[in-house]
Amino acid sequence: MKTRRLFAGLLAISALVAACGGAPVSTSPTPTSATTGSPAASADPCGIPVTQKCSSEAQSLTGAGATFPGPIYTKWVDEYNKLTGVQINYQAVGSGGGIKAFTDKTADFGASDVALTDAQIAAATGGLYMVPTVMGAVVPTYNIPNVTATLKFTPDALAGIFLGTITKWNDPKIASENSSVTLPDMAITTVHRSDSSGTTGVFTDYLSKISPDWKTKVGAATSVNWPNGVGSSGNAGVAGSVKQTPGSIGYVELIYAIQNKLGYGVVKNAAGKYVEASLDSTSKAADGFSMPDLGKLTGEQTKLSITNSANADAWPISTFTFLLVPKDLSDKGKAQAILRFAWWGTHEGQSFTKDLGYAPLPTNVVKSAEEVLKSVTSGGTKVLK
Amino acid sequence: MTRGFDRYFAVGVTALAMLVPLTLTGIALLIFIDAWPSLTHFGLSYFTTTVWDPVHFIFGAAAYLYGTIVTTLVAVVIATPIALGASIYLTEFAPRRIRGPVSYVIELLAYIPSIVYGLWAIFVMVPIMRANIEPALQGSLGRLPLVGQLFSGTPVGLDLLSGGVVLAIMILPILTAISREVLLAVPPTQREAMIGLGATRWEAVSRAVLPYARPGIIGGVVLGVARAFGETMAVTMVVGNSSRDITGSLFVPGYTMASAIANQFVEADSELYFSAIVEVALMLLFVALVVNTIARYLIRRSIADRPAGAVV
Amino acid sequence: MATQAATLAGAIPARHRIIARRRIAERVIVGLLALATLASIAILVTILSYVIIQGIPAINLEFFTQRPKPFGEVGGGVQPALVGTLVLAAVAGAIAIPVGIAAAIFVVEYRSGRFATPVRFAAELIAGLPSIVVGVFVWAFLVRGLIGHFAALAGAVALAVIMVPIVARTVEEVLKLVPNSLREAALALGAPRWKVILRIVVPTARAGIITASVLALARAAGETAPLLLTALGNDFFSTDLLRPIGALPLQIYRYAISPYDDWHTKAWGTSLVLVLVIGIVALLLRVVARERVR
Repeated sequence: MKTRRLFAGLLAISALVAACGGAPVSTSPTPTSATTGSPAASADPCGIPVTQKCSSEAQSLTGAGATFPGPIYTKWVDEYNKLTGVQINYQAVGSGGGIKAFTDKTADFGASDVALTDAQIAAATGGLYMVPTVMGAVVPTYNIPNVTATLKFTPDALAGIFLGTITKWNDPKIASENSSVTLPDMAITTVHRSDSSGTTGVFTDYLSKISPDWKTKVGAATSVNWPNGVGSSGNAGVAGSVKQTPGSIGYVELIYAIQNKLGYGVVKNAAGKYVEASLDSTSKAADGFSMPDLGKLTGEQTKLSITNSANADAWPISTFTFLLVPKDLSDKGKAQAILRFAWWGTHEGQSFTKDLGYAPLPTNVVKSAEEVLKSVTSGGTKVLK
Repeated sequence: MTRGFDRYFAVGVTALAMLVPLTLTGIALLIFIDAWPSLTHFGLSYFTTTVWDPVHFIFGAAAYLYGTIVTTLVAVVIATPIALGASIYLTEFAPRRIRGPVSYVIELLAYIPSIVYGLWAIFVMVPIMRANIEPALQGSLGRLPLVGQLFSGTPVGLDLLSGGVVLAIMILPILTAISREVLLAVPPTQREAMIGLGATRWEAVSRAVLPYARPGIIGGVVLGVARAFGETMAVTMVVGNSSRDITGSLFVPGYTMASAIANQFVEADSELYFSAIVEVALMLLFVALVVNTIARYLIRRSIADRPAGAVV
Repeated sequence: MATQAATLAGAIPARHRIIARRRIAERVIVGLLALATLASIAILVTILSYVIIQGIPAINLEFFTQRPKPFGEVGGGVQPALVGTLVLAAVAGAIAIPVGIAAAIFVVEYRSGRFATPVRFAAELIAGLPSIVVGVFVWAFLVRGLIGHFAALAGAVALAVIMVPIVARTVEEVLKLVPNSLREAALALGAPRWKVILRIVVPTARAGIITASVLALARAAGETAPLLLTALGNDFFSTDLLRPIGALPLQIYRYAISPYDDWHTKAWGTSLVLVLVIGIVALLLRVVARERVR
């Protein structure tokens, strides 16, 4: 019958498409031996540093969390797959989503830009470690018709804009710092995160520090009661909304503004200097910051906060971002896979930070990361030796 | 032997079929249980508070309820005249040869996945709303005394009005289809009697056919309402995703119940926050059940065989 | 009406005016109605045009065979999402079609049973549920509960729940159309109940059953909201039911709300693929239906 043949044809086509995917991931040949890796690899292919495929580790992982490090994590996942064949499916659903997925154990590891609260740590049965991976800058990004210059914002101006007390672009509080730019008499549309976000956590942490008004009215958290504006999902969503909406301003990780050619402003830091967000200024925010013992974390978010740093050239809205790994994981294969990836990220992965606008971890922070990674156990015994 | 198999077969079919009511019960139960902490903690204030504050653990879904009602209302107000008009035209006035194909084309709208509507809305519709339509509305209707409130504020494009318009487009096919069916079910005697009395064709339709079909058409509208406030993706992409005080304007970013769940469910990380979100789902569930039951009752009454000459 | 007007023409002018007014009113109103019809068609044409025009630039071999590139890099494709949609549709269909058909058989053939009405009633109520609510349920039941993590199976179950009422409702209509004389004749010849149903009634209704299944599959292929909560998404090719999986509508959503132009084009392209597949399916249905009617 004609219809039967048609359906058979459809089935054949779908089988063909599925078969195409059956071939190994075709972006590059997957090395099964260490021929492309460093010759002086450790004798144990499943150890650290990571140089080759390990057969006992889990071959696929699910990670969920922050969109802030999305660009670099997706890059890492791609490169790591070429090196070891492990497929790490990282879904950027926001820090809140990462924390929840990790706590509910619906994902293998999480990712967050902010430290967990006491309540969240208590909810994560079995405990967790926060492993810093990279540093990044949160920037105010805007889209103002006919304005291509870089705008200068005082902390008060930023707070006022997002509180809703400053409503127009040509408001004196903005204009006075930007005398060389003609700002239009246009209403400001603020864009914030509609999902639970570490980037929000960092930004509101900064706003709470520089604005007592903000602190009492709104506060700092991954999800707050925004006084105004439009909500979008993920760093990508905020960047997308700013790009589409003339007269808007949002807050995103630096690379999102750069990759999409959005204007982003300079902010006056605690030392009174107008600093541009960059690798250097982000790194300077961590100068003198000593990472607390990540093995004994309590939920004081300020302990891991580096916003509003007093350093002269520091970018005031900088942050670390973290992977959330369990303290003990009974599935040894999974534990190996997670830890090796995290190790690779905090070492070899750091070479990808510059191109993507993130700052690499200071050496003392890398040491802290190494310590916690080495202390993860599986059924009582340490996984990484 | 076959007697025995008969019983197995009956049991098998029954077992599979009973999965349906079982699933429905499961849905209602699980959602109710997960919403319980929020239900007991907030009680009635949940439905009247607009504050949704995960930092201070205050959750009130009034803004979500408001957003859902407003967008649905806008959708119905826009879609009903168009759908009704098209269905009347296609059943009563259109040249016979095009009736079938054109109806088919309009119903094709129902096959487009909602995410594609959302995509089109966010890239094509919203910029037009923000740059052209909303300012135009503000300049014209915005000047009227009471109605003007609806069009006040800065046009953002990502707002309740856009949510309503995209919903209108999405419920258009179902409204048209049901209206058509209901109109076709009207006995021809109604029409013929009116014309025999000297009415024009339109008068026959408006004075005999439409009143006869009214319950069914209302049922169709109610079904459209049900569809509208369950719709998630297309709305969430254009509605603004911001729950704030209830102003009177359509030009403010808003939230619907469904989009609130879509945005926040995966990451409600405290127990109360999670429970509050599930309570939104419970509300949606409850309203969907009620509204759908009403709609289907109304439609069934209209399409079922009715004696010629019955008026209502 | 024309003759009426003619005979009255020479008589009372007032009546003539009234009739003329009524006729003009009718012309105006019919014009408006036609406009409404045109508007409805115009909307469809506009949306489809945009999808086609904006989507074609995205279509190339890489689009269908590669997986996504890291954020911000141009290139790559949606192969994992395409495979994901096929897998989800297949599994959801494998669950929903038998259950839907069984429910329809139950309601039509075992009409004397006490449970017939609850089954149909429950099916209608589920049909009216917002798909996000179904997603919440499956998340609680499978993702948090039985399976323990995001998984393709959870996504498939969510889609199946949405599909069952569609299948059941349509198959019920089709089964009712099978003439009772057929059943009675078979029973009179001594065939057992189950044979009558499986060998006679169902095959007679085959075209309608296929229609119902395909309709339901088309609907499932386009669903996004429940998958956000269950399948999560996967940027790697995967057919593992116990791992997260991608899907075309999910991909469209994530790409659409992003800022990257390349992703926007891909979102249109994916929409084009989705709409094309569903469109072809709808056309095939017309062909099948027409064949059967003859």
